[in-house]
Amino acid sequence: MLRRRVIPCLDVADGRVVKGVRFVDLVDEGDPPELAERYAREGADELVFLDITAAPERRGTLLDIVERTARRAFIPLTVGGGVRTVDEMRDVLRAGADKVSLNTAAVADPELIDRCARRFGRQAVVVAIDARRITSGPATAPLAWEVVVKGGREATGLDAVVWAERAVALGAGELLVTSMDRDGTGSGFDTELLRAIVDRVEVPVIASGGAAGPDDFVRAVVDGGADAVLAASIFHRRIHSIAEVKATMAAAGLPVRDAPGVAA
Amino acid sequence: MSPTATPTRIAVVDYGAGNLVSIEQALTQVGAEVTIARDPDGLRGADALIVPGVGAAAPAMERLEAAGLVDPIRAWIAADRPFLGICLGLQLLFEGSDEDGAQTLGVLPGRSVRLEDAPTLPHIGWNQVVRKREHAAFAGIADGADLYFVHSYAGLPAGGLTDDVVLATTDHGRPFVSAVARGNLVGVQFHPERSGTDGLRLLANVVAAATVAARIPA
Repeated sequence: MLRRRVIPCLDVADGRVVKGVRFVDLVDEGDPPELAERYAREGADELVFLDITAAPERRGTLLDIVERTARRAFIPLTVGGGVRTVDEMRDVLRAGADKVSLNTAAVADPELIDRCARRFGRQAVVVAIDARRITSGPATAPLAWEVVVKGGREATGLDAVVWAERAVALGAGELLVTSMDRDGTGSGFDTELLRAIVDRVEVPVIASGGAAGPDDFVRAVVDGGADAVLAASIFHRRIHSIAEVKATMAAAGLPVRDAPGVAA
Repeated sequence: MSPTATPTRIAVVDYGAGNLVSIEQALTQVGAEVTIARDPDGLRGADALIVPGVGAAAPAMERLEAAGLVDPIRAWIAADRPFLGICLGLQLLFEGSDEDGAQTLGVLPGRSVRLEDAPTLPHIGWNQVVRKREHAAFAGIADGADLYFVHSYAGLPAGGLTDDVVLATTDHGRPFVSAVARGNLVGVQFHPERSGTDGLRLLANVVAAATVAARIPA
């Protein structure tokens, strides 16, 4: 049976791993390849690097990190942040990434998803959706989420579920869904957002934003229907280990790949 | 392998269908010397041939044709020389693909078909590879080990899941063929280069088999 994946995310700025609250207040948390190798050893099912500086002149730094990581960690690596063209995606894949996640650039130019999927296959194209709850309007209005871009600084007016369906139709092989309300807050994943999207698409959905403890991973899968769960802070700061998260998921009856120290 | 022995040379076919970096790094990690083959000359001196690849069958076959590699690959397999097909590289071994109607290499009877009743597509992630029989390629890897998949289609041999060529199956909604073997040919639907320690072990086993084959004159 297909395992539910546990994916540590490394937010990378200027060649270092950082983590902030709601994408600001960045704190340095280590060397990306070193952390990546540690996670692979500890049972991570995949790795995600999000380049949150993404300034074009820093591109070389990121590619170097990707290459050094791919030589040390023999598990899948997704890289996102600032990829705007087919050629930029090619460079990241050539450095050793298996997938690229598209975010702001795909919202600005949705056909980019189609061009990248045609060139590299849809399995290499992850569309990252940062969404925020729409809280204005009558209390009786159905739940809705708006897509935000540029690291949460800019609202788009785009409905997150509608955008998710369109992204898949254009060629996204996976969706990485981040709740901007929850990101970095440790208040749990937005399982209603996840469920709204999972029910409308066939591709795997990766839950992101808000993990505080192992129980949140279980809820993202059971309540949200997520295929994979991503987290950053709780792993970097060793608040919880990957093995601990997987043991909790296994105890809840979810299929997980063995991590060292986990009897699945 | 003794330190004085010549490293086993593995030719990895590059036909523009996917990323070779990870497979090259993984093979280097297990001690092989890797050459990237973009034309028939690239196969010269190789002890084993690996055809990786992701994506659709028709463009892949067009690129293999354009590189002049279709006949050399068929001849390599016909001579029962050590061969590993990975993901699309396994699917291409069959006669055709339902994905785009492409005619493929046709060295194994059967077709590539879309995964049926799959709860998610593409099938992405770690899944259990359950063996139908033992094989040197899986030496040291537990039966039912989790390996990493990324695909929506899979090869279906003419004789179905019980065909003699089937080495292992995996379940995603329904069982599909996740590994095949015939003589010195091995094909795997998962990505050993991205499947952690067990994946590296499979590649090491393939390299070891090629090392042995290289020492026995044909």
